[in-house]
Formats: sequence, C-alpha cells, structure tokens
Amino acid sequence: MSLGSGPVIYTTLDFDQPWTLENYLKVGGYQALRMVLTEKIPPEHIIAEVKTSALRGRGGAGFPTGLKWSFMPRNYQGDKYIVCNTDEGEPGTCKDWDILRYNPHALIEGMAIAAYTMAVKTGYNYVHGEIFEAYERMEAACEEARAAGYLGKDILGTDFEFDLHNHLGYGAYVCGEETALLESIEGKKGQPRYKPPFPASFGLYGKPTTINNTETFSSIPYIIREGGQKFLELGRPNSGGTKLFSVSGHVNNPGNFELPMGTPFRKLLELAGGVRNGHKLKAVIPGGSSMPVLPGEIMMEVDMDYDSIQKAGSYLGSGAVIVMDETVCMVRALERLSYFYYEESCGQCTPCREGTGWLYRIVHRIEHGNGKPEDLDLLLELCDNIAGRTICALGDAAAWPVQGMLKHYRNEFEYHIEHKKCMV
Amino acid sequence: MLSVQVQEKIERELRKYPADQRQSAVMSALRFVQDEKGWIESSDMADVANYLGMAQMAVYEVATFYHMYNLKPMGKHTLTVCTNLSCQLCGAEEVLGYIKDKLGIGIGEVTADGKFGLREAECMGACVEAPLLSVNNKRLCFRLTPAKVDQILAELGGQP
Repeated sequence: MSLGSGPVIYTTLDFDQPWTLENYLKVGGYQALRMVLTEKIPPEHIIAEVKTSALRGRGGAGFPTGLKWSFMPRNYQGDKYIVCNTDEGEPGTCKDWDILRYNPHALIEGMAIAAYTMAVKTGYNYVHGEIFEAYERMEAACEEARAAGYLGKDILGTDFEFDLHNHLGYGAYVCGEETALLESIEGKKGQPRYKPPFPASFGLYGKPTTINNTETFSSIPYIIREGGQKFLELGRPNSGGTKLFSVSGHVNNPGNFELPMGTPFRKLLELAGGVRNGHKLKAVIPGGSSMPVLPGEIMMEVDMDYDSIQKAGSYLGSGAVIVMDETVCMVRALERLSYFYYEESCGQCTPCREGTGWLYRIVHRIEHGNGKPEDLDLLLELCDNIAGRTICALGDAAAWPVQGMLKHYRNEFEYHIEHKKCMV
Repeated sequence: MLSVQVQEKIERELRKYPADQRQSAVMSALRFVQDEKGWIESSDMADVANYLGMAQMAVYEVATFYHMYNLKPMGKHTLTVCTNLSCQLCGAEEVLGYIKDKLGIGIGEVTADGKFGLREAECMGACVEAPLLSVNNKRLCFRLTPAKVDQILAELGGQP
C-alpha cells in the first residue's frame, strides 16, 4: 500500500483507480512528452535538464542519470534500446512495484522521453517475476497508451516512433544486475557480463543500450515539465528530487512513501507509525538488505539522502528501510540474509559461489550453538576475499551485511559462540 | 507437443522481440507450459526448444536457473512462502510452520490429494505487506496470519 503520495511519482494516489490514463492526464500526465515532441526540444537540452536535476539512479547505485544518457552514441546507425529495470528483488525494496500498480503511465512517459532523447525506437521493461498482477497492469497500461497514441508509430501526430514491451522475470535476484538482466531478456540464464564493454556500446542483442531503474524513468516527466532546477530543489544539492522509501519490518504502518531527499529518518519512522508495539528501535538497514546495518541511535540522527547515510557508514541504496526492534537477534537476521545471497549467487565467479556458502554455513553454525571463537575473524577474512573480486556486485552485496553486523553487533555474535544461545 | 493455446500465447510474446530473437520468448514459453500443466518436464523443454529453434540444453539452462519453474509436480495450487528478512521479522517462519502443520507437508512436497504444494521463496518484492505468499505465481496474499491462511486454503478448496 502506498501511503505517502508525492509530487513527482506517486501523483495519482487520491483517485479510486490511480493507474488509469484518464487520471494520469488529470495530474499533468504526458504534458512533458507532448512538449518535447511538438517543440522538438533538442536531445542535448533534455540531457542538460536531467543533469541540472541531479537525478541519480534509483535502483541502488546512484549513478547520475544525465551522464548515463550522454554515453549513448546518438548517431549510431542501427537498433538501440532502452531498458527499464523493475526487477525488484533486493529484500526490503518494493517501491517500483507501486509505480507499476498505481502510476504505470509515469514510467511509460518517462521511457518515451528517454527514447526520444537517445533516438531509440524500442524499450523493454523487465518486471520481477513474483509481482505478476503488477506485470499485467503494466501490460494493460501499455495497451492503453498505444491506443491513445502515446506509444507506437507517429506518437502525438509527430514522426516519433517508440514501442515498449514488458518482459516477466521468473525468480532470480541476480537479474537485477543490469547485464544479467540483458542476458535474461535474450532468453538465457541471468549471468552478469564482464564490463567493459558497457551496455552503452554493447547491450541488448549486442546493440547500444541504456538501462535505468523504474523510479528513475518515472522522475523524468516531472523534470521536463517543471524543470531540472525545481526537481533539484525538492531535495538536497547532491541528491535532487524526491525519493521513494519502502519501510518494512517492525513498524506499525509499513508502506511506500514519497518524500524529499534529505528527509530525516526520524520523520520517516514517524510516518511509518513508529516502532511496533511501543518497542525500542534497535537497528535499521537503510537501503535494502545489501547495505550495512546501522544502530537505531545513529539512524535517529541521519537524513535520508546519499551523503548523509554514507557519512554514517552505510548507503541509501534502493531506499528500502528495514526496521528492527529490540527483540531481534542479529545472528538470526544475518543468517537469513546470508542464506539469501548463497541461494541467489549465479555461480559464475568462484569467490561468490563458494564464499557465500561459507558465509552462510558459518553464521548458521553460530546461530545454532556450534560457533567457534575464530569464526568471526574467519567471516571478515572471507568478506575480504569476496568483495571486489567478482564480475558483479552480488559479491559485495553478500559481504557488506556481514561486515556491518560484525562492526556494530560483534558482542551478540560472541555471546552466541560462548553461551550457545541468544542474548536477546 | 505444445498445445494450441500455449502456441498462441508464445506467438503473442514473440511479437515483442526482433524476428531473429525467438529465444527471448523462452521464459514466457516455459511459464505458459507450467500454467497449463503445473510443472515442466524434459519433454516440454524439448518442445519449447523445437518451437523456438533453440538447443534443448539452452532451454534446460533457463528452466533450472530461475526459481519459479516447477521441475516436478507441485500440486494444483502451489503455495510459495517468502521467508526473507522483512517477512521473517513479521512472523513468516511461524506462518510457514502453520501451513506445514495444516497441510501435513514440508517444503517441496505435495499433499496426498494433490491439491497443495509448498515452496519457500526469496524476496518477492512486496515487503511492506509482509509476511506474504503467492498462489501459483499469480496472486500474492498479504499480511498473513493463521486465520488468513485458513481463509486462503478454504477459498482454494482445501480443509477449512
């Protein structure tokens, strides 16, 4: 359930059927695309506007979107593609799910503008396999847009042509990695590619390709309609705009919220109804399960933007906030996360394939009372041998939670090893 | 042999991709087969390979890489329960335990009457509605409690 409507993305939530084209048009939908096409705004002006907005990739890596778009070879003769990454599988993250469910046309409009800018005729939206109902809604929205002349040939009576197709994943976390995602669209197992070459030169079917996250694309109509400067001013200097936050775990009122970048965590927690049952806040994973955990007292002083969270020792990531109260055993929580990365490693790189298994088995034995005192140093040594030594970031994603937990909650792990039980 | 219905659905998917990229439809082709008969066996993979002009091995790689394909019969209604962190924090393990007791089966098993199969999943990407499960990979059921599980099972024609 989306709770916090916002000016940029969750703009239709007040309607009974927020996802319809009719309602999207009522909130200024497709105005930006119309303006771009009828005024024939030069692509370099659009890229400049996106750069001004300081929009950064909302999938987790935070790469500047305008810069990414400028990598696409504009004068390349032949097919080029844009791809949207709606493969939301990072535990805690489900903000893009609500874009497809409640405002799919914002994504369609954003991708159409991106396609115009990069001279692309075909786009794909890769949807997480588990959210089938949202995939169907997105398929219906594309049909609706096609019938109304926002997709297809001669869009809005101009000679601009763009079509968008949805591709359903079927259960593989690693496909959220952009080159694994491309492999998956090509009908292969989703194993990340070596880079370089980067997708901008060798992407889908070997053609130049730009991949952005759903929330990133969906921010574009606002930026074009209202101007990059206005978007920037919604947030912080290095973190423009609003951000979608998924708040899950031990809160009274879990949900997705659209808030200005830089909103204090304290405020976000309050909007999510506070910690459940009047319990005390223990810890927070601020950006999806791969980001290092932070103790509650540190989080209460942090603002939700790229720089503030980084200064506190973690990352904004996807904006998924997992809240844990005082009843949580950190060993058990880490055991579950480590199992996830072990299960989802694609097996291509030895440090990740073997290392994630080691991490899981060691945390598992600590949780079950069979840990040894030397296990904690062994875990950290393993992390050093995984992170930065793999083709994609799944290796780092497996290591960071372990390092974060041992940095802040080492005493809980030691207690488990010594007493063979939990201190919580 | 793929049924006419499955072939028609595959044809619709193929229109999304360049004509020389038929392999791009393999994931949906396997999904349609599973929707029709509940699971995918190697003869189905061979049929899909023939239809799309792929090597059987390449279809097998896809079918075994993505978790949501059933490579053995998983009952009329496959219940897949997420137990990842957000769900775990909200009681997923207790819910899973309740379903196991109620159905008398473990993970990867099917009830004797063939009605229900049980699987465990990694993150489904709907964490603010934890804990949750999916029915046949089509419908998500949110904020599960034992009472809600009873209701879902009754709706699907199981014991009350």
